[in-house]
Order: sequence, then C-alpha cells, then structure tokens
Amino acid sequence: MVLLQRPHILLLLIGTHQFLQCWIAFGSVNEEGQKQEEFSEELLLKPLPDHKLLAHFHFQSSGPPSTSNGCHHHLFPKAISQLVQKFRIKEMELSFTKGRWNYESWGGFDPLSSSNAKPPGVELWAVFDVPQHHIDASWKNLTHTLSGLFCASINFLESTATYSTPEWSFPPASGNVRYGTLPCEAVCTENLTPWLKLLPCRDKAGIALLLDRPSLYRGFYHSQQLHLTSTGSSSEGIDSGIILEQTLTVVLQPNSEMAIEVHASEKHIQPSWSLSSIFGKQVSGRCVLAKPSSVYLLLDRGLSAANGLTSENFWSNPSFELSANPDRIFLEESSSHSKSLSILYMFQVEKYCESEPFDIGLMWKVPVAWLCQQTPLHASRFLMGSGNERAAIAISLKSTQFTEGFMSANSKDGSCELRVDVFQVVPWYVKVYFHSLRVFVDQQPRAVSDIIEKIHVSPSKDKMSPGVMEVVLKLPCRVNTAALTIEFDKGFLRIDEYLPDANQGFDIPSAIISFPNFHASMVFLEDDSLNKSPLLSKFQEKCPVMSYTEVLLVPLTTPDFSMPYNVITITCTVFALYFGSLLNVLQRRVAEEERFLKAKAAKKTGRLPLLLSKLSAKLRGRRLEPLHSPPSSSSFINSKLVLKVILVAGLAVGWQYFFS
Amino acid sequence: MEKVKKKIGSFSFWNWVTASIIFRLILIYFPKNLNLSSRPEVSTPLTSFRRLAEGYWLKQSFMSPYAGSMYHGSPLLLSLLGPLTINRIEGQPNHLLYSLVSVIADVVSAMLIRATGQNLRLAYLRSLESLDLVKQIEVSEFLFSGDIAALIYLCNPFTIVACVGLSTSPIENMAVILCLYGACSRLIPLAAFGWVIATHLSLYSAILIIPVIFLLGCGPDSPPRKLFLQRHQQKEVLNQSKLPPRFSWGPVIHFAFWAFLWSVYVLVLCGISLKQFGGLWEMFKSTYGFILTVEDLSPNIGVLWYFFAEVFEFFRNFFLIVFHVNILFMILPLAIRLRHRPCYLAFVYVAICSMLKSYPSVGDSALYLGLLGWFVNELADMQFSLFLFCGYVGVSLLSPVMHNLWIWRGTGNANFYFATAMVYACLQIVLVVEGVSAMLNHDRKLRNLITGKPQDAKS
Repeated sequence: MVLLQRPHILLLLIGTHQFLQCWIAFGSVNEEGQKQEEFSEELLLKPLPDHKLLAHFHFQSSGPPSTSNGCHHHLFPKAISQLVQKFRIKEMELSFTKGRWNYESWGGFDPLSSSNAKPPGVELWAVFDVPQHHIDASWKNLTHTLSGLFCASINFLESTATYSTPEWSFPPASGNVRYGTLPCEAVCTENLTPWLKLLPCRDKAGIALLLDRPSLYRGFYHSQQLHLTSTGSSSEGIDSGIILEQTLTVVLQPNSEMAIEVHASEKHIQPSWSLSSIFGKQVSGRCVLAKPSSVYLLLDRGLSAANGLTSENFWSNPSFELSANPDRIFLEESSSHSKSLSILYMFQVEKYCESEPFDIGLMWKVPVAWLCQQTPLHASRFLMGSGNERAAIAISLKSTQFTEGFMSANSKDGSCELRVDVFQVVPWYVKVYFHSLRVFVDQQPRAVSDIIEKIHVSPSKDKMSPGVMEVVLKLPCRVNTAALTIEFDKGFLRIDEYLPDANQGFDIPSAIISFPNFHASMVFLEDDSLNKSPLLSKFQEKCPVMSYTEVLLVPLTTPDFSMPYNVITITCTVFALYFGSLLNVLQRRVAEEERFLKAKAAKKTGRLPLLLSKLSAKLRGRRLEPLHSPPSSSSFINSKLVLKVILVAGLAVGWQYFFS
Repeated sequence: MEKVKKKIGSFSFWNWVTASIIFRLILIYFPKNLNLSSRPEVSTPLTSFRRLAEGYWLKQSFMSPYAGSMYHGSPLLLSLLGPLTINRIEGQPNHLLYSLVSVIADVVSAMLIRATGQNLRLAYLRSLESLDLVKQIEVSEFLFSGDIAALIYLCNPFTIVACVGLSTSPIENMAVILCLYGACSRLIPLAAFGWVIATHLSLYSAILIIPVIFLLGCGPDSPPRKLFLQRHQQKEVLNQSKLPPRFSWGPVIHFAFWAFLWSVYVLVLCGISLKQFGGLWEMFKSTYGFILTVEDLSPNIGVLWYFFAEVFEFFRNFFLIVFHVNILFMILPLAIRLRHRPCYLAFVYVAICSMLKSYPSVGDSALYLGLLGWFVNELADMQFSLFLFCGYVGVSLLSPVMHNLWIWRGTGNANFYFATAMVYACLQIVLVVEGVSAMLNHDRKLRNLITGKPQDAKS
C-alpha cells in the first residue's frame, strides 16, 4: 500500500548491477552437469471437523547456486535471487495473514498447522549472513525492498521501535535474526498478485489456476507465505542455492447444497465438496514447467479413526466417496502417540488435460465427527483491567485432550515436566513492569522462580526499541491451567504519533507459544517416491510445535487533536503572566526610590544630584536637551535598529550553520 | 505569660504531631494504600514507587536499572530503598517498611523545619531589637513560626498523600530541608551534604546554592542592612555589635570544599553501583537528561506534559529551552532583591521550581507550603490568602475528578484535566508573586517605621 520511491530505486540499482554481472558471467555458463532449476506445484486438501475445508497450495522453486550459472534463471524469480544476493539472507519468512487460525477445531499439532498458522497481518523474520553491525542496515533495506515487491507497508518495520532481536526462544535461534510484525496490516488481492508473479506459470496454468480471488477472500482464514532458504551466500560448505517456498493456506466453507440433496434430514453430516464447487474452477492440466504437480487429500488421524479406517481396509471407505480414483495412497508410519494413522490420497495432475479437467470431489455418506490433534496446551491471551491508565496482559494456557494422553503415556516417571517457551514483543507505548510478572498454576499463585526456568528481558526504550520478553516455563504435566500476568502502564504519545484512527487503539503483536519438547512430523511409508514431493518431504521434517496467540487491541488515551494552538497560546500566556508579574513586583522599588530621590533633591537642591541626573539623562539619549533634528534622531534610531537586526540575523545564520 | 503560652503551644504541638503520625499509619493500613501510589498527582516518572521497584528488579537480574525507560531516579536510592520494595513482613500490608521510612522522613523533616523556624524567629527578634522596633511591632503576639511550619508540613494533605502514596518525594524534601537547616545552624558539612543529595535526587535543587551561600555569608533572614545603617545614622552612634555581619567568604569557601567532597563521594558511590552497567554517563543521561528533555508525556499536575504532547516537533527544542531558561532568568533578580532574606529566597526558588519543573507532584507543593510557614509573621498581611486557600482546595478536589472523567470513564477530555493543571499553575504564580510582594512590603513597613513616616501606601 505504501509505495515509496526508495525500494524502486534500490531495485533498479540492484537490477543494473546484477545485469552487468550477468553479462560478464554469461559466457562461462556450463549447462551440463549442474543442478537444474526446479519448480513444483502441489495442493493439499484436508477436511476440517467444523464443516470446513483446508486448502494448502505449495509452490516450490529452487535455484541452483549463483556460481554455477551466473545470474541467469529459467524458472527462478530473478527479484528473489537478487534480494538474497544483495542482502545476504540465510533464511527469511514473510507471511500475510487475514483471519485467525482456530487452534481448537483446526488442530495445532500437525506440521500443516504449526508451520502455516500465522498471526494476523504481516509477519517477517530474516536471518542474515552479515557481520553483527550490518544487520540492522540490511534489515532496513530488506523491509523497503519487500514493501516495494509486495505492495505492502512492510517499510514500517524499518524503525527500531518495531522490530526486535529474539535471543533464543524464536525457532531459528541465532543472534542474526530479526523479527517484526505489523498486526494491523490489511491483506488483500494486491498482495497476492505480486506473489503470483513469482510463479513461472503465474495463475494461468496448473494448480494456481484455482486461485480465484473472490472465493479465496471469502474464506475464514487466509495466509500467504514466502519462505526463503539460501546457502548460496555462505563462504564455505555445500552450495545448494536458494529454495523458495510459496504457500497459501485457506480455510473455506464448502457450499452444502450437495449434502442437502443426499441427506436432507441429516444435520450433522459434513458438507460434500468438489474443487469446482469451492473455487469455481477446475484444473485443466499441469503447469508444464512444474516437475511434480499433484493434489493430495489428507485424512488426519482423528478422521481415519472415526471412519474406522485401519491399515488393512483403507481401500474401501465406507463413509465417503471420492469422485476420482487416487493414483496412490500413502499411510502414515505408526507413531507412539496414537494407534490411528493419517491417510493421504494422491492425484497426479499430469494425467488430466483441457478436454478432461481434473476435479476431485468428496461426498460424505454418513455423518462423521472427529477432533484434530491439538497442541499440548491451548494458549490464549487477554487484557485485564479497565481505564486508560494501566492494565495487565494475561497469557493463559489450558490443557487439551492431548495433554491427558501425553500424561498417561509418561506417567511412569513421577516428575514429568512440560516445557513451554513464551516469546512476547510489546511496543514501547505499552510500558511493561517486568517485576510484576506473576505465575498461576491451577489458579494458585506460585513463586516465579519455581515455574520460570529461564527468562530473558529487554525492556522497551521510549520511541527506540520495543520490549521483548522470552520466558521458559517448566510446568508439571498434570497442569490444568497456567497463567502468566504482567502489568503495564499505557503510554501517552505526542499528537503526531497517533495513527489516523487514534481512537481505534493500538495492537500488541501475538505472543509465540512454542513447545520445544514436541515435534510435529508426519512420516509416510514408501519413502522412495516421497523424495520427489517437496510438500511431503517437508511434512517429514521435524518442526517444533508452536502456536500464536490473539492480537490484543489496547485503547490508548488521546489528547485533543484540535487543540495545539490553544494549548501553546494558553500555556505561553500563563508563563508570560508569571514572568511579567514577578518582574514587576521585583522592580517596583526603582520607581519608588526615584521618587524618593527626587523629593530629596527638591528639598536640598544640591548640585551633585542634579549633575548626576543630567549626566544620566545624557547617557540615556539626550532627552533633556531640546530636540534639534527629529529626522536625524529617527535615522539614528533606525541605524541602531538595523544594527540590531543584522546582529540577530547573524546570530541566526551562525546558529543554522553550526547545527547543520 | 509568654511561658505559659509557649507551654500550651508546645503541648498541643506534640499532640498534633502524634495525631498526624497516627493518621498516616492508619492510611498505610488501608488495603492497597487507597491506590494512591498510582495517582498522577503523587507519582511522577521520577518519584514513582513502581518504577523504583522495576529498577531494582532489573538490577537484581543483572541488567542496568536504566535499561528501558522505566527508572529515572538515583542509583543510591535503588541500593537503599530497593530492598524495601520486595521485603515483606508476614501478615502485614506490602511495602509497609517503605511506608514507615517515608513517615520517618516526614517527621524528621518536620523537626528540622521546626528547629530552623525557631532559629529564624530568634534572628528576627534580635534584629527587631537592634532596630528598636520591639514596641512598635507587638512582638508578644508573634507566632511560633517554627511550630506552625512544622505542623503545616506534617498535617498538609499533600504531604500525607505523598508519604502514603509511596513516592520518593518525602526523601527529596528531607534532603532540601537538611540543606537549609544545616545552613541556618551553620553546620556547613551538613548543609553541603543536604545540597549535594538534593541536587543528586532532583536537578532543580541545584539553584538552592544561592540562598545557602547568602545564609552562610550573612546569617539568617533579617531586614535589609541599609535599615540598620539608617537607624544608626539617626541615633548618631555606630554600634558595630548590633549591626548584622558583613558578607564573609570564609564559610562559603568552607561550604564549597565540603560540597565538592560530598559530590565526589556521591559520584564514586554511584559509579561503584553502576560499574558493570553503563556507568555514570548513562546515569546522567537517564536522570538529568530525562528531566531536561521532557520525554514522558504522562499526565501530571504540571502543564508541560500536555504542552509537549501538542506542540509541533520542530518547535520542541525551542520550547524546552524557553521553559528551562524561565527558571534561570528569575534567579538573579530574586537573588538581588531578597539577598537579605536567604531563607525566604530559598522558599521562592523551591516554589518556582515546583511550578515550572517537568514532572511536578504534590510532594513538591508540600515542601514549599511547609516552608511558607516560617514566614507567618512577615507575611501576615499578604493579599489573596483566602482566595489562594480556596483555590488550592478546589483544584485538589477537581483534579482527581477530571482525571477520572478523562482516563477511567472516557466521558471527559484531556482539556478538562489540563484546565485544572492550568488553574493550579496560576494559583502557584499568584502565591509566588503575592508572597514576594508581601515580603517586600514588610521590609518597606519596617523602613517606614524607622524613618518615622506614616504607614501610608504599600506601593
């Protein structure tokens, strides 16, 4: 939205620079024996328990190291590779999110939710491969570049008061990471279009054809991400180039017309859906540049258990019907936590063409109810207190059904502990009193040192840096509820620091609650073919379970915005009153003394006082003498005035010169 | 006759002192201190107890107490009072120990005020005697200004609120009073210590060096020296013993030496306590720097917070200079005009500072209202005293109401609260101007009595 000229100029500069480099490097490109640029497009569909459907688009482009073929790219977006090279980014993630991920009904423990549930607005973090003192400058340039690339006000993250340096609680833990969020950023199609431009086929072919704007933005949750991993800029080690993952996660409500036709009497039946009913479009073949181009349907553990699907009978599904036959079916490797397994149906888009478009549909036959796997503790955050002077932030953790299972599994050893990391950034105008941190476990206040294992705090500096709090909690496994409260004073800003809609309030970014002892991963059998699919291999990675809390809206007191002139004039009047009247009282003696002296002189008629008064009168401006030439005296005054004016002007010039 | 009166007076004086202490203790035992500690009138960013506790917490967790923009006080206060913010006695209200320290500080200040007041009264009587004005001004009706000042200080609701509201202003006030007491009773090391500590705790007390120098140089308040000379001219005898002493530089140099010694001592102590953090420079930046560049714009009873919240950014520096120079500008004229009355000069300086300082609180007003009690005899015919009294009562009732309307209920507006702050500033201006004018008139009256002119005009 905010398009400054700076990013453009910067991009232009980078562009010309890279262009020259390309020309030099182009001659020595050796096309054989090098890693090819790859692009993959995948779509994962997952029915959710509350009659909704999750669609997860995953596009991955990988660029070979820049040393192998210079700056020339076939598939990989050039803007991104230039960005990586210019700012020496090791890893970066940018997400635009609208809506809030519902951890209770959409789950929080699987890799899909723990890596795709994002806080509302814009979240950006980046790890740089530059010396410590250059990081902030790189970050500033990066925010401007991204703001130009994605038509968003990411450049607001430039000021030091908006971004923070997580020490150890943020997953890619290292000193070079910078983290910033813009909770109130509105996300819309103008951010999606530049994102789509990075795809080789844009939204003209392949799976991206499904990205129909009205149906996407009608959804309950919409998160568009860009994840960059690069090892190309590191001086030593294996050069694997840049990997760009673009994902789009939407939660949609399928129209339930089809369900009504079949089972009008059944209220609790899940709505049946097909791609064309959700997106209003069908996939007419793959994007020719995409290597694997596939669509998956994921039935998670809870659903397959509710359906009575086991490893034996998954071919015959009694409760639903698929409109297309899956090309392959993957079963999850059995894990220790639960007996039931998730099932993945794979459809290859390559087999379909314009005349026979791909359209998968799922028709439920009987009502099914299940629960998604949830995070060990469900986190929520709220404000306490009233009024605009002070308040308190409370982060409450509630046990879920998962914890009970975990507890029963680990009940053998009595001293079982649950580690929870909390990462909270507060803007500077929320003045947090860290000494007021209280911990409640099962509604009982506990000593802070008992529960908090480690705490790292960097207090906020006014208009300089936000407050960061990183806490490691050690909770007993049998905990039902736990709560952290911390008090704060609401700051008072200057009138030009308020946003245009000042009475709406200010947002406190989401806190990140992570559970480092748990890792969400889905390991599927038949590994040989999985290596080809970037989405599934990403599922197999161990990613830490984390969840974001709600964004808090803090109303701040506003001054009267229409008053500046009144306040300035009234205050100055009062000060002038003070100064004038006090000075008047103090110098009143002079008049009195003069009168007294005059009276004395009149009595005595001494010569000396008369002489003195004459002398003083002479010194003052010869008022005693008759005025000979008024014009000359006025010109004299004028010249004096001119002198004074020149003196003041000279002072002003000197002042200006000195301070500029 | 006078003895009996004195006895009755002193008896009721101690009664009042006990009553005020008991009243404070009762208030301390109220749950949550009646929320006084978070009132904007009581706790400014400089004197707030919660910020002190935060600074102590940061220091305990091996961070600089000035990290972040929370604590802006002295590192010595952290070391002395910090432990009291967390130590608790079982079954007693939180912060009981800290409240007791403030009560003790208040009582000590009151006693010092009383001693200084008696000192001043004796000096005044002596000078009247030497002017042979004892008969003309009915000395027997002279009030015991020391007792009155101490009682005003102890029973003033502002002092009580500042003491029970856990602000650090009782301690700052005690340092100022210690300085004045030391200078009046010619205890030079004590005066220097008080001055250094008061300056260290709040920058504005630095200008008290001028009255202290006058006090040490020429002794406590007396009518102008010229009057004595005139009197003796009339009598045609120059009795040197009855004349007030000339300005002597000896005690002043002594004072400077001690002040230097104490300030080095204080700085070394601060340096030691901040050694592993930012050092002294960080301390100056976040204490004095914070005072001078009005960074915190949270409402208080002064006018600068709203002014700097509303003023345009590019005028900010200009107005910062203007407002601070406003204090400095008045130092010299006042010093010239009131040099024979150094204690009164100190009162005027304290009043001006508490009016123009960046983060004023009622604790500062309590100090100058207490000091005003010293001059009940001299200021007997001050104008507008009833108006001022009613104004103070009205503002102290209206200001919490307006604050509540604006901050808590949201039905009011910032201008409501600012208006009361404005009225309060005007009242203080009237008090200072009328006080100075009344004191000058008193001197005029004495002169007229000596020269034998009828007491006609005041001007």
